[in-house]
Amino acid sequence: MIDTVKVGVAELKASDNHDVLASFGLGSCVAIAIYDPLMKVGGLAHVMLPESRSPEPPAMPGKFADTAVACLVEELIGLGARKRSLKSKLVGGAQMFELPGASSAEAKTACGPSVNIGARNIVAAREALGKLKIPIEGEDTGGNHGRTVRFDTSTGEVEVSSIRFGKSTL
Amino acid sequence: MTSMPGAGRLTPLQIDALGEAGNIGAGNAAIALSLMVSKKVELSTPKASLIPLAGVPDLVGGPEAAVAGIYLEVQGDCSGSILLLLEEESALILASLMVPAESGEAGLTVVKRSALQETGSILSAAYLSALGQLTGLFFKPSVPGFAMDMAGAILDHVLADLAASEDHVLVVETDFIVSGVKIMGHLVLFPDLGTLDTILEHLGVPFD
Repeated sequence: MIDTVKVGVAELKASDNHDVLASFGLGSCVAIAIYDPLMKVGGLAHVMLPESRSPEPPAMPGKFADTAVACLVEELIGLGARKRSLKSKLVGGAQMFELPGASSAEAKTACGPSVNIGARNIVAAREALGKLKIPIEGEDTGGNHGRTVRFDTSTGEVEVSSIRFGKSTL
Repeated sequence: MTSMPGAGRLTPLQIDALGEAGNIGAGNAAIALSLMVSKKVELSTPKASLIPLAGVPDLVGGPEAAVAGIYLEVQGDCSGSILLLLEEESALILASLMVPAESGEAGLTVVKRSALQETGSILSAAYLSALGQLTGLFFKPSVPGFAMDMAGAILDHVLADLAASEDHVLVVETDFIVSGVKIMGHLVLFPDLGTLDTILEHLGVPFD
C-alpha cells in the first residue's frame, strides 16, 4: 500500500519512497510538483505567496514560490534526483472571492494584498522554475474553484479533483 | 511606531482576553442572526488560539469540506478579517429561511446567495460593533465576498493576507447552531498581528 503524505499550507515535502504527496483544498495557493521521472524522486510544495520580502531566509521556505522551488530542488537532489532531468507541474492559483467592484483601484487598495494573489502565485512559480530551467509539463491553474492535488512521486502523475469539475489527471 | 509583535510573544492572559472579546462579539452576532431567522441560536465558547498556517482548515472540518464562506476585510483602528463559514447544507437551509421558496428553484440561486452574503455582512457588523464598544476602537468592515467551495480554498484567501510575515495566525473562533433546524456554522475573526498591540492595549493587556 502506497502512503499518502499530506503537504499542508506553507509546507513542502520530498520523497524517494514512491509516496503519494497530497495537498487538500487549494484556493489561491499553488501546488508545485517537481520530480525526476527516472530516479522516481519527487516533491510537492504548497505555496501561499509569490515571494519572500524579508532579507533573511524564511523559517518556512514552502510558504513562498521562490524559496519553495529552490528548497525543494535542493532536497530532491539530496535524495538522488539529477537536476537536468527534473520536470514540474503546477496546480491551483484560483481567485476564490470576487469582491463587488474589486476591479476599481480604490477597492484594490481596500482589499489588501490578497487581490489576485492566485494569479501572482502562478507567475512567481513559473518564474522560479524557469530560473532553474525546469520544464513545466502540465498545469491546471487559475479559475475560481478549489482543488485537491495528489502527486504520485513514482510516476510523476498528478490527479486534480474539485467539487465543481470532478477529477482529471495531469 | 512599535515593531510588529511576534506571534510567540502573546501571553496566555492576552489570549484569554481576546477570547473574551470574541465572546462578546459573537454573542452580539448571534442575537442578530436569531432576529433574522426568528430562532434560538446557540454558541460555543469562543476560543482564541495561535495556530500554524497548515492547521487552520482543521478548525472547520478539514480542507476539503464543502462550505459557503462570506468574507469581509476589517479596517480602522485595527485590521484583520472576519469569515462566516457554513457547511454547504447549512448554507442552503439558512438561505431558504430568509428567501421564501422560489418557484421550483433548487440549490443556490442568485437571490439566496445574496441573502447569505448579507447575513455575513450583518453578523460581522454586529460582531465588530460589540468589539468596538468594548475596546473603544473603530472597525470598518468591507463589502462581503462570497464563495462556495472547499474550506481550504476559501481560507487560502484569508490567510494570504495575514501570512506574509508570520507562520502562525491568531484565530478567534466560535461555532454556532441554530436550534430546530440543522444549521451549523463558524464565525472566525483573524486579527492582523501587525495591529494586535492596539487591540491588546485597549483590552487592558498590553505587551510589556
